[in-house]
Amino acid sequence: MNDSGQNMYFSAARAVAWRYLHNLYSKPAVFIPGLVFPLFFLAAFAGGLSAVGDTPRFDYYDFTAFQFGFILIQASSLAGVFVGFSIAADFEQGMGRRLMLATSRRSAILLGYAAGAALRLIVVWVIITGVSLLAGMEVRGNGYDLAGMYMLGLLSNVVALLFSAGIAFRFRSLQAGPLMQMPVFIALFLAPVYVPQDLLTGWIEPVARVNPVTALLNGARSLMAGEPTGILLAYGVAAGMIALLGIWALRGLRKAEMAG
Amino acid sequence: MSGAVISAGPGAAAPQAGGTDRSPLPIQVWAMAGRSVIRLIRQPALVVPSVIFPLFLLGVNAGGLNAATNIPGFPTDSYLTFAIGFTFIQAAIFSTMGAGQSLAQDIENGFFSRLVLTPMRPSALMAGQLAGLILMGQFQALLYLAVGLVAGADFAAGVGGYFVLAALVSVISIGFGGIGLIMAIRTGSGEAVQGMFPLMFVLLFFSSMTLPRNLIEQDWYRFLATINPVSYLIEAIRSLFITGWDGEALALGFGIAGVVAVLSIALAARSLKGRMLK
Amino acid sequence: MGQGARKAQPNGIEVEGLVREFKNGPRAVDGIDLTVEPGEIYGFLGPNGAGKSTTVHMLTTLLPPTAGSARVAGLDVATQGAEVRKMIGAALQEAALDPNLTGREHMKLQTALHGLPKAQRARRGDELIERVGLSDAADRRVGGYSGGMKRRLDLALALVHGPRVLFLDEPTTGLDPQSRASLWAEVTRLSVEDGVTVFLTTQYLEEADQLANRVGIIDAGRIAAEGTPAALKAEIGRPSVEVLPVDPARRPEAEEILLRFGTAVPASGEALSVRLNDGIEVLAAIVRSFDSAGIELASLGLNEPTLDDVFLAKTGRHLEGAGEADSGEMPLPEAEPAGAA
Repeated sequence: MNDSGQNMYFSAARAVAWRYLHNLYSKPAVFIPGLVFPLFFLAAFAGGLSAVGDTPRFDYYDFTAFQFGFILIQASSLAGVFVGFSIAADFEQGMGRRLMLATSRRSAILLGYAAGAALRLIVVWVIITGVSLLAGMEVRGNGYDLAGMYMLGLLSNVVALLFSAGIAFRFRSLQAGPLMQMPVFIALFLAPVYVPQDLLTGWIEPVARVNPVTALLNGARSLMAGEPTGILLAYGVAAGMIALLGIWALRGLRKAEMAG
Repeated sequence: MSGAVISAGPGAAAPQAGGTDRSPLPIQVWAMAGRSVIRLIRQPALVVPSVIFPLFLLGVNAGGLNAATNIPGFPTDSYLTFAIGFTFIQAAIFSTMGAGQSLAQDIENGFFSRLVLTPMRPSALMAGQLAGLILMGQFQALLYLAVGLVAGADFAAGVGGYFVLAALVSVISIGFGGIGLIMAIRTGSGEAVQGMFPLMFVLLFFSSMTLPRNLIEQDWYRFLATINPVSYLIEAIRSLFITGWDGEALALGFGIAGVVAVLSIALAARSLKGRMLK
Repeated sequence: MGQGARKAQPNGIEVEGLVREFKNGPRAVDGIDLTVEPGEIYGFLGPNGAGKSTTVHMLTTLLPPTAGSARVAGLDVATQGAEVRKMIGAALQEAALDPNLTGREHMKLQTALHGLPKAQRARRGDELIERVGLSDAADRRVGGYSGGMKRRLDLALALVHGPRVLFLDEPTTGLDPQSRASLWAEVTRLSVEDGVTVFLTTQYLEEADQLANRVGIIDAGRIAAEGTPAALKAEIGRPSVEVLPVDPARRPEAEEILLRFGTAVPASGEALSVRLNDGIEVLAAIVRSFDSAGIELASLGLNEPTLDDVFLAKTGRHLEGAGEADSGEMPLPEAEPAGAA
């Protein structure tokens, strides 16, 4: 890619990102659910279940902080899924085809959506973090720890985005919405949501052990606590999933191109 | 001048041409109920998620929150036994949204106009819609009870308790079904009915679904759970699993479910009357 | 079935000064008067958004009129709704069917709601299904039906209770020519054999022309013209003659001859056309004039006026595309509860 090609690539990505954010701004109904959902779970779990934090062997230092780890990963992933919705909606309305015609290197479209999603995510992070702090959450990690934690959030955002974009490119219809949302939702809840991993019992215990979300969740929680453990594993899992799902999404994009 | 009576069909196939009498209510209810059941059976894509999702949540919670049974004062040592009550309520509320949705669809696509041009009574329409719902509720109740028992939940109330459970699930289905119908009739929009979903979710979660009310530490949360009628519905069903026959819990559950049912059906009937033709 | 017997049935439609206003909208129907004789097929012709469906919704009691009165089968649509509904059958736009039910199940539901005795329900259903040619598809779900099959089932459902007046709102919109023809045949049969009064809205000239005994042309909520298709055409009209000389060099001469018989009107391609001053009896004279001038003709055509000419004469616009600039079709009656007004 020469310089002008590179410029064109990034200006296309910028245009897609701008349009995505503009849509969110002008249609709050699209933005609000991605924000309200995590806040709702934060209230329901951190508020309703705090007694669980007092049980023997629950060794995390603060129940709200414990739940925050989950909410962070959940909010970040859902924000990625919502990008899949936007892509599907674009194709349904014919906008996707227009974008495809307008850009020579189509991966710029994906990059544009991803950039838009990341910016949106920052707003969501600020709000859920603010609310958690107001609710009395205690933060033990230092600046580097917290940066690492939010980075894990960003990576889970990219993972979910690539997954749902792959579906959106293949189905090109909002009807596929549940196909994007449900697997992510299920994967999230098959991780140690309410209690640390070693307190899980029954069938969910082995499932959580192999669930990649568990690694992300444990990593984020340990960074919040200022006692990083399993960080290499968390980042490794995220990188691996991004590589695999990146192929999945780009192949989907090719399929969308083939379908015209 | 009897030769002048002309029917739009060969022979006397429509003897009441130009003067159809109203068909008896039971026939209308039966016809409408038949339709709503057929619709359920033929749209597994709509039904299956509302059956499976509560089971999934039960599975996740039973495994993930078993540690909660270690909280001093927790009423049972099996979180599954504690949590399964919520499953019935969740399923009932999910499928009632479905009933509202299907009526809204009828209004949107004009099928409702076809119905109101017939001598159908409003009560037949409502009873028909609710019949499908009750049937679905019974199916779910049986399924969840079976799954729960197989997975090791206690059912302290025994065989007799099943009938109480079935009755309570029916009343709850009618009550929340009525709410779905009101929304459908008032807005005539499936999207609007679906828009109520988050509200239902809030009602479900800010209740005593995950912990007994007396073990909720946060005051504001305990307050919400105490004023939330859904808590008492859950607790009534839960009592059948944990304590057996708890008169107070059952009375509260049936009482609240009954009030919701009467109010919502009365309101739905009023709204529907406004929509029927004069 | 004698004409006299049919006339004796009070199954006509009388409409006076009918008005329907929607909130924040124009007058969808703006004071129409019309009369439909018993047993007649009345074609209500107009572009999209002209007020056809709104009129049908008022006549079928789905929508209360804002002003004016309408009697269907001698009954007032505003005050005797239930009685009116017993007398009428309606197949509304976009055949509203449940995709999850089969054709036969639709018939079962409809016959039950109309209170047919149990013994008759199945028989009546099968009979009507056969009559509209859906016997083979009766046990398939409606979701898989073609547009034409849905319209035919809709028609069968509207006939369940033997209505005396039938309302068909754009029954053939979107249908292929074959389906359209078979629906026309059935509607004609209903009128001719069973004496059913048919009120049919359409945006197709051909449909109104071929099917309707009388036509009302509606535009912007008002009736622009009414009469039999032949009378309407005769009213505006004289036919036009179009000729094409073999030798293009002789066009001026040919034009001179034609102008003796009428006034020039636009013609297709290289041809010449005039609207005749008199009727078609001058055709022979025209032919003779060309003959004696020695002008050889590649073609000679006589064009009768069409309903589109009528529409053009009455409204200043062509029917095709006339509705496109308008605000679209009326809102569905569900947009506001029937009891609201």
